[in-house]
Amino acid sequence: MTQPLLSVRNLSTRFRTDRGLVRAVDDVSFDVAPGETLAIVGESGSGKSVTALSILRLIPDPPGKIESGEILFEGKDLLKLDDAGIRAIRGDRIAMIFQEPMSSLNPALTVGLQVGEPINLHRKTVWSKALDKAAELLGKVRIPDGKSRLNSYPHQYSGGMRQRVMIAMALACQPKLIIADEPTTALDVTVQAQILALLKELTREANSAMILITHDLGVVARYADRVAVMYGGRIVETAPARPLYKSPRHPYTRGLMASVPRLDGDTGRPLVPIEGQPPDLASLPAGCAFALRCKDATERCHRERPPLVESARHHFSACWYHERLAA
Amino acid sequence: MAVREVAALDVGVDTSAVTPVRRQRRLGGLFVASVIWIALVGLGAIFAGLLPIPSPTEMDMLGKRALPSAEHWLGNDVLGRDVFSRLIYGGRISLTVGLLAPVIGVTVGGALGMLAGYFRGRFETIVTGGVDVLLAFPPLVFALAVTAYLGQSILNITLVIGILGIPAFTRVARAVTLSLSEREFVTAARALGATHSRILLRELLPNVALPLVAFFLLGVAVTIVVEGALSFLGLGVPPPAPSWGSMIGEGRESLDIAPWLAFLPAIFMFLTVLAFNVIGDTLRALTDPRPGAL
Ligand SMILES: Nc1ncnc2c1ncn2[C@@H]1O[C@H](COP(=O)(O)OP(=O)(O)O)[C@@H](O)[C@H]1O
Ligand code: SF4
Ligand SMILES: [Mg+2]
Repeated sequence: MTQPLLSVRNLSTRFRTDRGLVRAVDDVSFDVAPGETLAIVGESGSGKSVTALSILRLIPDPPGKIESGEILFEGKDLLKLDDAGIRAIRGDRIAMIFQEPMSSLNPALTVGLQVGEPINLHRKTVWSKALDKAAELLGKVRIPDGKSRLNSYPHQYSGGMRQRVMIAMALACQPKLIIADEPTTALDVTVQAQILALLKELTREANSAMILITHDLGVVARYADRVAVMYGGRIVETAPARPLYKSPRHPYTRGLMASVPRLDGDTGRPLVPIEGQPPDLASLPAGCAFALRCKDATERCHRERPPLVESARHHFSACWYHERLAA
Repeated sequence: MAVREVAALDVGVDTSAVTPVRRQRRLGGLFVASVIWIALVGLGAIFAGLLPIPSPTEMDMLGKRALPSAEHWLGNDVLGRDVFSRLIYGGRISLTVGLLAPVIGVTVGGALGMLAGYFRGRFETIVTGGVDVLLAFPPLVFALAVTAYLGQSILNITLVIGILGIPAFTRVARAVTLSLSEREFVTAARALGATHSRILLRELLPNVALPLVAFFLLGVAVTIVVEGALSFLGLGVPPPAPSWGSMIGEGRESLDIAPWLAFLPAIFMFLTVLAFNVIGDTLRALTDPRPGAL
């Protein structure tokens, strides 16, 4: 395998809260190859956003803290950089797109000033040139008439249009990696597909890698090369997208799949939601975090936590019974 | 405005995507009247020297408490000084102190509040503690102490009222900054590699500015009342310079024979304070943070 662009090693991020220590991300490792799209999937509260924010060191401290681990980007450990060092990476080499297009743009600044910001910031480009570039970027994300749009304000835009603006900002400096944290969750279903297709097309064009965070497995099937499934702050299964779909090797992944309509036909199949609640990250059980909701759970599952092991080539699962699931 | 927005945006292709969120708000006659009144008092204060009015300090010993005439439009006061002229020149002092004192509050308090709300932590604790101490200090004692030691002058009055106003501005700036800092656009700016100073000045300040300006106008109204009260008590601008407060104080002595000497400056002060309040409230309503728009 080629040298990974990003290699997250044993990342643990905690929050000190009134309820106690929340292990939002616990011993998470994954790689992203250049140009690859890795999807991180999981229910809400499973630690996806915290993983994403940890990579750029954007965890609010207090209450949060990256306890341990390494985040190797192009061979450098981002956790060891000084403030200026990490700022130089943010928005330039690694860009981020957030979930809420309604609040991730500044209401008091024009769209032009916001799209031009990363160019002015990282390329030290004078504003007149940065604004030209901004107009060009708006065209790229299919906002017509970019030049005259530079002076409009975010409140004049719908959610879909704002997310296009966010994509334009993210692409501005041609980053090697784009982290998109549920970029379409807040949008209308019809707009969702457009935005994702646009994002995929533009990242491919720029040869950027992408971490696409979502709780929608349907999205994953279409846009991801590889998938990491998170549960209770850990990765419970990771594999290339195709094998993961064909034969998931973790009961949680199976549950997720049963709970959403599949893209590949089989429309008659009834949808079965996973019963029960996601675990409380402030008091995780000693054994498998999924045990209380797992139909296959045994006494061992409640006692010991299953490690993430390679169940098939490039296919990892954290279930004691992954082999049985493969059968 | 809303109509023009729709028209302007209609040209775009992605029309489904365009929904102007801003609702039109009626400004109302009271607001317009307030702006006109402030403009009149302001212009009078600025151009008082050029107006064809008598000197505000020249005494006409024969015309004490004279009734209105062609020469003295609103008559004379106890010492035979032209009342209309004194009202105009009094506006100069009320507006000077009224505008400058809140400038101290809005700059110092605004900066402290923004820093406290953005950085939180120990700095915030110190700032909120300092604000509480300043609020616990009896304002009249503070004013008395300063004027007793440093003398009565416009500058000292302005400084005293200005410093006393810092806590209120600090609180407003901190509260607004706190709620803004939780919005995703601040995290988004950090994710773009912005420094703290860039976030404070470029991302937060434009959002904090409007609520602060609205509060500033209310501060002007309060300051004019406070300056009037200090002058009424003889702690304000030293005589013979006219100030609405001192005019009310002087007019009090002849309330029974010439009540207008106290009432006229009182009405001027009332209208000016009311006008600033109306404008400030209108702006505050306009800038009330609503979801989706600001
Ligand atoms: N600022 C914070 N303060 C305290 N706890 C937090 C904070 N941000 C996230 N968490 C905790 O981290 C856990 C994971 O959150 P998150 O990564 O946002 O989940 P998701 O997978 O939905 O993106 C949550 O259960 C939440 O309690
Ligand atoms: S380890 Fe046990 S409880 Fe956990 S997913 Fe596998 S079977 Fe279920
Ligand atoms: Mg999230």
